[in-house]
This record gives sequence, C-alpha cells and structure tokens, in this order.
Amino acid sequence: MNIRSALVPVLAVALAIAVGAVIIALSGSSPVDAYRALIEGSLSDPKSIGRTLEKATPLVMGGLAVAFAFKAGLFNIGGQGQLVVGAIIAGAVGYGISDLPWIIHAPLALLVGALAGAAWGAIPGVLKATRGAHEVITTIMLNFVALNLTDWLASKVWREPGVIVRTPRIEPSAEIPRWGEIPTGFFLAVVAALACWYLLRGTTFGFEIQSVGLNADAARYAGISVRRIFVTTMAISGMLAGLGGAIETNGIVGRYEPGFNAGLGFEGITIALLARTHPLGVIPAAILIGAMQAGGSMMQFKADVQPEITKIIQALILVFVATPIIVRWLLNKREADELSVSSTWGS
Amino acid sequence: MGLVMADDAKHRNVLAAIVYRLRWWLVTGALLVAFTLWTGEFHQAQTTAILASTLRHSTPLVLGALCGMLGERSGVINIGIEGQMLMSAWGGFMVASATGDLLIGVLAGVAVGMLMGAVLAGISVGLRGDQIIAGTVLNIAAIGITSFFFTQGRTLPSGKLRPIRLGPLADLPVAGRVLFSNKPITYLTLLLVPVVWFGLFRTTWGLRTRAVGEHPSAAETVGISVVGMRYLNLILGGGIAGLAGAYLSLEAVGSFERGMTNGKGFVALAVMIFGRWNPIGAWGAALLFGYASAVQTQFQFRDWLTSDPQFVGMIPFVVTIVVLAGFVGRARPPASIGQPYSRE
Amino acid sequence: MSQVSEATPALEAIGIHKRFGGVVANDDVNLRVEKGRIHALLGENGAGKSTLVNILFGLYRADRGEVRVAGEVVNLGRPRDAIDRGIGMVHQHFQLVPVLTVAENVVLGDEPSRSHTMFDFGAARRAVQELGERYGLEVDPEAVVEDLPVGTQQRVEILRSLYRRADVLILDEPTAVLTPQETDQLLEVLRGLADQGVAIVFITHKLREVLAIADEVTVMRDGRVVGSTTPGETDEAGLAEMMVGRSVVLRVSKTPASPAATVLRVNDLCVDDDRGLRAVNELSLEVRAGEILGVAGVEGNGQRELVEAVTGLRSVVSGIVEMDGHNITGLSPRQISELGMAHIPENREKHGLVGAHSVADNLVLNQYYRAPFARRGFRRMDTVTEHSRSLVADYDIRTPDVFTPARALSGGNKQKTIAAREFSQGARLLVAAQPTRGIDVGSIEFVHQQLIDQRDRGLAVLLISAELDEILSLSDRIGVIYGGRLVVVADASDLDRIRIGRIMTTGSHDTPAT
Repeated sequence: MNIRSALVPVLAVALAIAVGAVIIALSGSSPVDAYRALIEGSLSDPKSIGRTLEKATPLVMGGLAVAFAFKAGLFNIGGQGQLVVGAIIAGAVGYGISDLPWIIHAPLALLVGALAGAAWGAIPGVLKATRGAHEVITTIMLNFVALNLTDWLASKVWREPGVIVRTPRIEPSAEIPRWGEIPTGFFLAVVAALACWYLLRGTTFGFEIQSVGLNADAARYAGISVRRIFVTTMAISGMLAGLGGAIETNGIVGRYEPGFNAGLGFEGITIALLARTHPLGVIPAAILIGAMQAGGSMMQFKADVQPEITKIIQALILVFVATPIIVRWLLNKREADELSVSSTWGS
Repeated sequence: MGLVMADDAKHRNVLAAIVYRLRWWLVTGALLVAFTLWTGEFHQAQTTAILASTLRHSTPLVLGALCGMLGERSGVINIGIEGQMLMSAWGGFMVASATGDLLIGVLAGVAVGMLMGAVLAGISVGLRGDQIIAGTVLNIAAIGITSFFFTQGRTLPSGKLRPIRLGPLADLPVAGRVLFSNKPITYLTLLLVPVVWFGLFRTTWGLRTRAVGEHPSAAETVGISVVGMRYLNLILGGGIAGLAGAYLSLEAVGSFERGMTNGKGFVALAVMIFGRWNPIGAWGAALLFGYASAVQTQFQFRDWLTSDPQFVGMIPFVVTIVVLAGFVGRARPPASIGQPYSRE
Repeated sequence: MSQVSEATPALEAIGIHKRFGGVVANDDVNLRVEKGRIHALLGENGAGKSTLVNILFGLYRADRGEVRVAGEVVNLGRPRDAIDRGIGMVHQHFQLVPVLTVAENVVLGDEPSRSHTMFDFGAARRAVQELGERYGLEVDPEAVVEDLPVGTQQRVEILRSLYRRADVLILDEPTAVLTPQETDQLLEVLRGLADQGVAIVFITHKLREVLAIADEVTVMRDGRVVGSTTPGETDEAGLAEMMVGRSVVLRVSKTPASPAATVLRVNDLCVDDDRGLRAVNELSLEVRAGEILGVAGVEGNGQRELVEAVTGLRSVVSGIVEMDGHNITGLSPRQISELGMAHIPENREKHGLVGAHSVADNLVLNQYYRAPFARRGFRRMDTVTEHSRSLVADYDIRTPDVFTPARALSGGNKQKTIAAREFSQGARLLVAAQPTRGIDVGSIEFVHQQLIDQRDRGLAVLLISAELDEILSLSDRIGVIYGGRLVVVADASDLDRIRIGRIMTTGSHDTPAT
C-alpha cells in the first residue's frame, strides 16, 4: 500500500468522525465530550487497550474473511454465520473433551472451529459454482440459518444446566491464555493476516484467486477453474471467520453465548473496505472499529451518547471509501482503484 | 381480415404460452392447496387462518420485490431493501407515534423509503460507486440510525391499522376473511402488483426503464437520460419499500422493534428473482414464501416442532436458498445490471 | 430560421479539438458535409474518426471548436440535441436493445403514446412499416432484435434515424460486420437516401468502399485531417498512403504451405449456444501442421461456439475433437492447453487479458503454475520478470516496463502481448479468433507476419475471422461457416472474394447471385 492509497481511508475516517460529531451535536450532546470518553474507554491505559484488542480480534478475522473473498470477486456477507458456527463448535470441543494436554486441546478446538466455519462458508461457494446462486443472498440467508441452528444447539444440545442459555465453560486445557491485558488470540489474528497476505502475493493459488477476482472470464480462458476458486475461496473465507469465532470463545469469552457479536458480518465489510481489501490493512482498520466498540460504553456513561452512534460512523466510513468519485475529488486522482463486486450478479 | 385472424391466433398462442410458462406455478399451487387441505383436515377455520397468514406474510415480500424490480429493471441492483424497509418502519412509527395519525405515519414511511432510494441512487448512479456496496451502506446505516434514534416505550396512541371489510364480500366463507377483510396496505399491495406490471410493460415509462436496464448507451443515444431514469426508479422503488416498512410497524405489529425486518428485504430479492423480474411472477413467488412462513401456524395446529421453534424459524431462509439455487441460473436478469453508467 | 442555400453545408465541423487524458484524439479537425452527398471519412483505427462523429452526435463534448448544422452554430451537449437538429447515427456497436422488438427500438425515446403515458404499440408498428416501404428497408416490426441477423439489425438502426426525420446520417464503420453482398445492398440504400436529399457521413477504413460510393473523401490520421479528395482524383494506393502516411504492403508475402500430419480433427461436432440453441451443427474439419485453415463467415454463425468447444471452454453436445490423434472432447481448457493448443481469443479485453495484472503476469497467465515460473505452489517472480522482459523485446510490445498494468497498453500492444504469450509456449496448434480486430496497421502487419512465420515452423493454425481480406491473405485453405455448418472447404486458390461472399450470405455455393 503506498502512501496515496493509504490516504483514502484516513480521509474517509476523518470525514465520518466529523459528520458523526454533527449528529451527536444535533442529538443534544457534546461531541468533544463524547469522543474524549470514547478514547478514554479504548486507548487510555493498558486495561482499555486490552479491551480494544479483545474487540479487535474477531474483527480482524471478520475483516480478513470479507477482504479475502473480495480478492476472488466474492462478497461474503456471511461472516457472522460462519463465525457463530465456528464459535459454538470450538466451545463444544473446549468443554466436551477433557484430559487432553493444553498443547493438543487448545489448537484442536481452534482447528475444529475453523473447519466448521470453512464448511459453512463453502456452502455458498458451491451454490455459486454449481447453481449460479449469488453469494450475497445465500450468505445472508445462511446467517439466519446459522443463528437459529446455534441457538438450538446452545439451548437444547450443549446447554449448561440453569436458566441462562449458553454452553458450559470450556476446560482450562482448551483456553488460549492472555499475555498481561492482551489476549494472545490477537496475535493469532495478526498471523492469519500475514498468512493471507503471503498466500495472495507469493503463491500460484493466490495468483489464481486474484486473476478470477479481476477478470473471471480471462482467468477461465487461461485454464483456471473459476468454480474451484469460488469454492476454495469461500471455504477459506469461512475458515477465517470460523477461526475468529473460535478465538472469541476459547480465548476471550470462555464459552459460547448466543447473541454475542451480532452484526459482526457487517463490521467485517466496513473493515475490509476501509483496508481497501489489503490483508495487512485489516489490522489497523479492525483496531479502529474495536476501539469504537470498547469505548462505546464509556461514551454512554460519560457523555450520554448511545453507542449506536459508532454504527452510523461506520456507515459513513463505508460511504466515503466506497464512492470512487468522492475519493478522486479529495485526492485529485485520475484513476482510483475502484472496488467492484457487482459484476457477477445473477450470472 | 387476415390480419384479424392472425391476431386472434396470436392471442390464443399467448394464452397457451402463459399457461406453459406458469406450469410450475400451477403445479406448485395445486400441491400447496392439496397440502393445506390435507393438514387442515378440511377444517375451515384452519385453512382460512393459513391462507390469511400466507397473504400477510407475502405483503412485505412482494413490496420489497417490486422495489428491487424497479431498480434492477433500470440496471441497478438494490441489496439495500432491508435497510430501506427498516428505516421506513422506524420513520413511519416515530411519526405516527408523535402525531397520533396513522395515515401521516404511513406517508412518512413512504417518504423515508424514497429518501433512502435517493441516497442509493446518489451513491450508485450519481457517484458511480459499486451498487452492492451502496446497498450494504444503506443496510448498515439503517441499523445504526434506527437504534441510535430509537427511544424505548413509545406507542401508537391510535393503535395499529385496522381491517376494512369490503361489504358483503367479507362475509363469504374462507375468501371473505382471506381477501375481503384486510388492512389498507395489504389492499394497496394487491393493487400495486397489476399497476407496476402495467407500468413496466404497457407505458412509455416502462419501455424506457427496460431499455435503460438492458442497454443504457442505446437509451442514451436516443435521448433518454439513463441517470434520470435510474434516479426516478430507485426513488419510486424506495417508496414501495417504504410502504413495506410502514406495513411492518403500523399494520402488522403496531410498534417498532430493532431489526424487525429480520431479513425480509433479502428474501424479497429472492422473490424478485424467482418471479423473473415480473410483478405477477413476484407476487406468485411471494405467496409461496408467505406460505413457507405461514406454515408455522400450520405446525402449531398439528403441534409439530413446537419445542424446537428454531427449525421453524429457518424455513423461509432455507426455502430462499433452495429457490435461488434452483432458479437463478435459469433466469435472465436485465443485461446492464451492476455496471455504473458513464457517458465518456 | 436562417436561410438554407445550396452553398450552405448540411453539417460542418470547424476546428474541433478533443483530448482524452494525455491523448489528443482530434486536433483542429474540419469537416464539411453537403446535402444529398455521401462523404467518406477515411482513416485507420485510432485516427480519431469515431471521436469526431461522437462529438457531432453529442456523445462527447469538444474541448474547442464549433459544429454548424445548416449554417447555424449549435451546442450539442447530449445526443438528444443532435437528434433534434436532424442528425442521426448508426453506431459501430449497434445501439439497439436486444430484448425489445424492432418497432420498440425504432421509436424508443420518441414513442407514440396515448394520453402521454400508454405506449401505442399499433402506431409504432405502422410507423416502421411505412418507413420501410418508403426507403426500401423492410423489417418485421414485431421481430425481437436479438433474433435478427446483423445486416437486418443495421437496417433497424437506419430506420431509427429516419423515424426521427434525420437529414444528416452518420454511419460509423457500417460495413465492418457485413458480407460483400450485404455491403452492396447497404451502399445501394445509402445512394437512394442521398438521392432523396439526405447528407451521409460514411466512416470506414476500407478503400474499396470509398471508391465505390463516396462523392467526397476526408482522410484522417493521428487525430488530424490530412487531406480531402474525391474518388475521381485518386486510387487505392493513393488513399492508402494518405491514410497510413507511408506506402503500405497491402498483401502479406508468404510462400506456399507445406502441410504435414493432421494436428486437429473435428468430427460431426454439435454445440449449443448460451440460450440452448444449436450453434454448431455436425461440423467437421481438419488442420494440418504447417498450414493455416481460415474460417470465413458472417459473425454469429457458430464461430464463437466452435472456438470455445475446440478449446474446452464450452461443453460439446455430440461429436469428437481430436488433437494429434487423442480425443480431447470434454477435457478442461487447462488439459487441452497442456497438450499443446494455444488460443488467441476474439475479445482480448474480456477474455485475453487481466487488465489490472501487470504485463509480466499476463505474459504467463496460462503458464504461471509451471516450472520455471513456480515451484511447489510458490511463484518465482524473478523468472517471470526475466521471461517477460525477453518477450517484450522479441515481440516489440510498447510498454514502460513489464510491471505496467496491461490495461494501460494500446489495443495493438495488448494484442501483441497475447500473441507473445500464445506463440511462446511451444504449441502445436493455434486457434486464432479475430486476431487483428480493431488494432493499428503496424500491429496488424506484425501479427500477420508472426502467423506466417509460425506456420512455416510447423504450427497448425485455425484462423477465424470476419475480415474477408484477412482470410484471403493468410489462409492456405478456406472454409466458410454458415448456420453452424462448414459449407465448403477448399484451397485458397480455388475460392475468390465474390464466391466466398455468396456462400457467407446464402449458405450455398450453387445458387447464382441474385
């Protein structure tokens, strides 16, 4: 990423924060107080930084899932479904198996969670490759199916005895430890981002993915199996989201609780676009959104501003990064790299 | 004279062609009716309840599909229907709650939907952003705005919209309750389906809309403003989605809940595709989907799966996936869809 | 209204300038078109002809200069403005809506209506019939445009301008897609229109047509007008020299072929198109090593489906494709490519290149996974770069460096990039579809010479082209495709342009010309 293309997201964030300030002011609160509280709650001390990274960890994975699929021209809105499937399966492996050494149990839980996410993500890939069903609709539908399914699993199959619907706490041997205030899972997410980056940049598989994303017709003419790329890319994308869920369960929450991280799929989209679909750019973008989430309650507490304002700011960020003309006008750039995912609609 | 005869033959062919094209609908419909009668054990009250529930569930879906259709027929994908509906449900409810007037609330919902349509048009047509991302922006913004500006505990002083009984027709067995004692937006929807069909296929506006969606530069070279047509259709479509939103908050539920659209905007897209971008087809598809939702009622009668409501909740979404996988490959969308249009 | 005298030109462009980014497309261009005359605008691809007429039709806006219609300065901001001034245009890529009927397409934008909203189908139908009878352009108004042959679609385009009472008609490369017979018919129609007082601007790069029809000729090169003349004052060679700026060899020099063993054998091949209709019908052909088999035909007669079936991109309904005696029917494109088949696709932007990839990546687009460009799934960028640098030099690809995105190259250099990739992989068979469409004369000469050279080295070439001149100058044997069948295959020396044209149009070589 060169300096100029990094400027676009920075400007988009700045504009969105400015417009957000106007909205806060219009709703009768002080934007200065609100943003100060937001920063205080997210970046002021090791504890709040730890909380930010805690929030950012699944966001990195969700953002990566979207960004990775984008590279093959696929729009994976199903990150949330893939994440909850990965999360509950990892939680089940975490509490259901005992007497395993940590070195096997923790990675096993993550692996199984990741594979569950991969399987869930592969479904829309297969449907697109074989039936031409557009992934935007199928992934959203699978989100609803996954929410119902995990809800059922958590309330009927793997339920902890008691009134609260959730799975039992995972065995200590399945836990991913913390490093001071910082969850180790965050480093796993960073490693995943690096792996995606190298996969796309240095391998023949990555070249195939990018060729399909940039011109699927030409890729097919050059002998690349576009269908195989659709399926494998969606599976990897789902795996990233599923791993995010597994890290959340076994590294942060300690069990699966229905309803956690609702809307993560959409945040993944914002993060991926803010990163201009660059796997490494996902990390700072996720930290930014994670900070908004971490500081949200402090903002509500200290400035009486509802934390949902961060959703509005996210939408504004999306508007500004997704609209090439605004970017061009801001930078006076002749040719902005335009994102396009609409080309395969209905075909 | 020869011409008249030719026309006559043509009409007969058209009828045969329509029957042939709708053959799967007819088969599906017959099966559904049979299934309903069988499970309802010819019980009039149950059958009536299921049919009425089907119609109710289909209303927001067909409205959403009409909204998507106006956009896609003119070449713009609208995956922001969900957001438009949610915003309108919220806007309609807030206004109705503040003014105490349901009609003003419905109009406000429609206006909010049109505004959202204008925003979508502004991003995807005016600024030539990616259409799917533009729709996603609407969805995310709607979640944010409706929850940020929503205050709990508001109610509708005058209650929700009430059914209008169409005179003696409403007293007919089964049909009376299903068709002739509905609430206003449901009637309006039943009216909008043929109106939009007529508009798309019998008026100059429809001809131009289809030309713009299929081949925008051809339309531009004969002096039709591609940008103008797309703005117009997205705003009109937004109004229809707004009606769907108002239906949810003011006619169906009588209050606003966060995320109350619950994926209906996306199901509507599948309805549109299943209906092959045709209002009549979409209406048939919406009834099918409505039935898939109404089947819950059926299950309650039979006491099936009542202890595992999650599986019943999955039905509409699974049906959507199955329908998309089965049909989309064979349906042909307007050709220019998804591409931002610029003259130079 | 200003007074219109005989001396006032129907349409006049004065001092037109137009830039696209860094490229000057029109530089001080003047054009004067008289009522009732056919004015040919001649020039190579990229000379600026299309830019000029797009300005005259209000599709582009000139940076400088003015346009006068019947002596009056006009501001053409949109096509609507041009239409209202009586300017009609027949576009190179037809501007018709494929799914609408002929009548709907003709009236689109100026629809007859009842009470301003309802579209009047009957009136539209009658208008098309009346116009067709008056100008000898009969077309079924109820037919859906996408079902019509190309020549008929062009008539619809002309009708559409006439419906709007155009008195200036601009035709952008109208004969590019027509057979010789259809071309003759079109020229007749145009002459008839001119006799009724219509001023006609006729854009072409085909010298023969200019000499046959034009009253006046304006020649453009590199965005400038380089001369005006009349057919009486010049000949083909003179026009060619004006157009290219140097004397050009109009024919490729080649020695007779010395064909060896059969490389490609296609037997009773049947293939369906995207709509499920039979596009290739029991077609058989053979290509031997060291020869070029040219397949001539009007576009849309199954050429695309034939190419896609042979290269493995489209499934075969029945029949057999063999390469070097192995049955390759049903193999994947990659498997077929590995057996030694190269392919220059018809649509280079869409199918031949990934525009956002670098030139280097495009040069290994179908080799990237093999040694020496990759090892165990990891790409070896240094060998890719090295390989691409040598190809860029060998094939004279004009690019700042090999890391430039391919979309930044000119059409000719894009095509050379594809040619370099396909020629450099040691293939036994090359399938070349429209290999020189829309590129400049220099690149055309280069690609043609490469095809001949590779043939002489033993490559078997299946050449598919709608450009009859290309088929005639390159092929050792020629087949004509019509309605998905190969109607005739014969030595190039046994077929002439008239005969091929007749077969292309009628599908039969026995019928005498009508």
